[in-house]
Amino acid sequence: MKSTKDIAVLLDEPACEHNKKEKSGCAKPKPGASAGGCAFDGAQIALLPIADVAHIVHGPIACAGSSWDNRGTRSSGADLYRIGMTTDLTEQDIIMGRAEKRLFHAIKQAIDTYSPPAVFVYNTCVPALIGDDINAVCKSAQERWGVPVVPIDSAGFYGTKNLGNRIAGDAMVNHVIGTRDPDPLPQSAAHEGIKIHDVNLVGEYNIAGEFWHVLPLLDELGLRVLCTLSGDARFREVQTMHKAEVNMMVCSKAMVNVARKLNQQYGTPWFEGSFYGITDTSQALTDFAKALDDADLTARTEALIEREESRVRKELEPWKARLKGKRVLLFTGGVKSWSVISALQDLGMVVVATGTKKSTEEDKARIRELMGEDTVMIDDGSPKALLKIVHDYQADILIAGGRNMYTALKAKVPFLDINQEREFVYEGYQGMLELVRQLALTIESPVWDAVRAPAPWKIKTPQIPPAPPLQKGGNSMVEAA
Amino acid sequence: MADILKRNKALSVNPLKASQPIGGSLATLGFNRSIPMLHGSQGCTAFAKVFFVRHFREPIPLQSTAMDQGSSVMGADENVREGIRTIAEKSRPALITILTTGLAETQGADVHRNVREFREANPEFADIAVVGVNTPDFTGSVETGYAATLSEIIRALVPAAKEAGTYPGKRKRQVNVLANYTLTPGDLEALRDIFEQFQLRAVFIPDISDSLDGCLTDEDFSPVTIGGTPLSEMATLGDALATVVIGPSLYKAGELLQERTGVPTYALDHLYGLKANDALISALTEISGREVPERIERQRSQLQDAMLDTHFMLGQLRIAIAADADLLNAFIDLVQEMGAEVVAAVTSCNVPLLTRIPVATIKIGDLEDMEHLGKANKAQLVIGNSHAVDTAERLGLPILRAGFPLFDIIGGYQKTWIGYRGTRQTLFDLANLVINYSHEEIPVYRSVYAQKPVSELTDYPLSCH
Repeated sequence: MKSTKDIAVLLDEPACEHNKKEKSGCAKPKPGASAGGCAFDGAQIALLPIADVAHIVHGPIACAGSSWDNRGTRSSGADLYRIGMTTDLTEQDIIMGRAEKRLFHAIKQAIDTYSPPAVFVYNTCVPALIGDDINAVCKSAQERWGVPVVPIDSAGFYGTKNLGNRIAGDAMVNHVIGTRDPDPLPQSAAHEGIKIHDVNLVGEYNIAGEFWHVLPLLDELGLRVLCTLSGDARFREVQTMHKAEVNMMVCSKAMVNVARKLNQQYGTPWFEGSFYGITDTSQALTDFAKALDDADLTARTEALIEREESRVRKELEPWKARLKGKRVLLFTGGVKSWSVISALQDLGMVVVATGTKKSTEEDKARIRELMGEDTVMIDDGSPKALLKIVHDYQADILIAGGRNMYTALKAKVPFLDINQEREFVYEGYQGMLELVRQLALTIESPVWDAVRAPAPWKIKTPQIPPAPPLQKGGNSMVEAA
Repeated sequence: MADILKRNKALSVNPLKASQPIGGSLATLGFNRSIPMLHGSQGCTAFAKVFFVRHFREPIPLQSTAMDQGSSVMGADENVREGIRTIAEKSRPALITILTTGLAETQGADVHRNVREFREANPEFADIAVVGVNTPDFTGSVETGYAATLSEIIRALVPAAKEAGTYPGKRKRQVNVLANYTLTPGDLEALRDIFEQFQLRAVFIPDISDSLDGCLTDEDFSPVTIGGTPLSEMATLGDALATVVIGPSLYKAGELLQERTGVPTYALDHLYGLKANDALISALTEISGREVPERIERQRSQLQDAMLDTHFMLGQLRIAIAADADLLNAFIDLVQEMGAEVVAAVTSCNVPLLTRIPVATIKIGDLEDMEHLGKANKAQLVIGNSHAVDTAERLGLPILRAGFPLFDIIGGYQKTWIGYRGTRQTLFDLANLVINYSHEEIPVYRSVYAQKPVSELTDYPLSCH
């Protein structure tokens, strides 16, 4: 188990703006009124996309049983990450102290069956509480079988998902990064007269394969991505991250400790950016060129941006007319809040309020910059509060994580899923086209009228015009009545 | 009859098992204005919630005692009391269940004491039923957690006949139905319909067909279940004509109910297949004293006809099944009735039922075990949950999706499997999988002397669709 001191060190993240506040960014949850995942959840989400590693969850069934095979991240080849592995601890293991032994054999079994380049072991609450020394087990397993075995000590009760992200990042910095030098550039990839630069992306998860909208652009510019931590990554790529010339922090500050520590240990500069929306995508590419300080790259980047922007803007034109002026309530954590805002504003949509629960102070500053000082920032993400804002600000659509989908649908409010579970790709210039298609699809759908209108027999005013009054001498029965 | 092969590997690969707290939550969600609270760290609840949301495509009320480092080490009694109080204040539900997780049990939690302490300290919430259940995830499965929770709810909410003055048959049309976790909202609706045809009123305990059936209501949002068995019904169970218990996992809960109320019990393993449904209908004629309605006779003949039509595809079909015990048993009966062979039977944990399931061996294990057994025994079709889809793909076999969770299809939660009609549809579905995907054609043979045009000589892959 991590000591309270270890956890305090992880919570103290100098590169995170929340640090300057009195309380840490990761507030204590309230029993009976809490939402969100745990440290294990965060650690697993951060690393599971490393596709060729055997990911073993050390604990009883609930940790892996309810969570494996549960993410939209895609791999271009290896798919070991999709195999759920757990020690599935039993009562006997726990009472008799056999959990460590089971773990040791479990690691062997994973290596024997799948010959992975590495095994990651995620510690969970129960083994942490009974005092399993997973560091020692991993170390001796690694010595015995000659395969890297990385302990990720991420018991759920250590704290929030965010903390788990950091634990994951920490494990990569301490155990994996810097253990191998990058391959020499392949001959076939050499471009005449272009200097190839090595870069990393930290916090890019390749949801639904969306990074493949961006990667061709980086290839074209001569930016070799040593590793994306962790979308479509391989263990051998993570090992080489220390050799990058610059790191881009993609998704909020969840793994900002990786960027900071790589900066400390190897002097690698880093910047924060996003690939959501035209403006941000262009900005990220420009930032790469700026950080690498290569005049030729800068020129080529400018040309590429101009080409791509004008292409996409032209294709967006017909959609813009349909979406212009539509009001959006954006509720999503961290970086996505500001990066998606600019994407929506590119389309002429109005963002009426945005969630900032997981945003850093810097994120919030950017939001104010984009939306003005009076912008509504939502910290209370309860379904009730969200729906109230939807109604008060007459939002046409709620954009949020999958968890809120049914909140919106049950209240008959159009919805767009922006988080990890989604099946559509929104990154890069090309992703904007998918985003507008999805926005229009739900906002313009005929189903909203169908579900909001009462059944015809519940409408008081009669649908059928009353019959004309009967002529005198007509139906005497009716008259008599 | 079956030999039970116990778990013999250190690592569970592609787990089949879902945890006890998941089962306990599901049982709770079948009661009106209820909410389960898992006693553990936040992630326990978050994972369970995602599990249900993906399956039912509904918002799911579920809370957490949010244990952190301090309370995990120093004791989390206050977490439980505070959690109950917070929920009681915020949403005033009718029922809160406190379901323990592995973390809480390892630490030594005593939720029953915590509930008593809450009762003493907070008399203002006396109208809210609060039930603690031990459901650690290091033992059992979704099935045992469901059963344990239902037993505890019965223990807490059904008064003994002597004290309450209830007696069997006071309510002349009421039949209690203890419904196990295999029954979908669609199943329960169909079952209610069957009971009504015998002029009987079924009281389902619990009733997820009224809370998790995907109904759009006027209410925008509710922090507790909308629909489900009203708690007020629990006091009437002692007045029913009879109790029908569906699923061996609930037989103990059924015994408990009979002990309390004296209402006679009819125990049915499941409602899949002709024989099982004949048993149900026979029980209903006995309970109601009525003839079998013509419509049901008709449906029975329709099923018989479907059995004839589909036996060509299902006879000798080699099937691999991975499911929790009650469901495994149901499917084995169903497919054996059709002359199919179960060549791989895998389940998540050891329960008494297993020994009487009529197959040679049952493996307690995971989907990897099913994959290996299926391959070794040349299975032709897989029955399993959405996780087993990848397994089936690797085996190159069609899959009938069944059980928990079903997240890669829409509407899986409401499919009707039971009754003569549900069975008929299941047979059609199975047969269609065979027709569309797994027919074994003999390879094309080309005579060396043939005079076919030259252009036909190149090999091209044969489509199997």
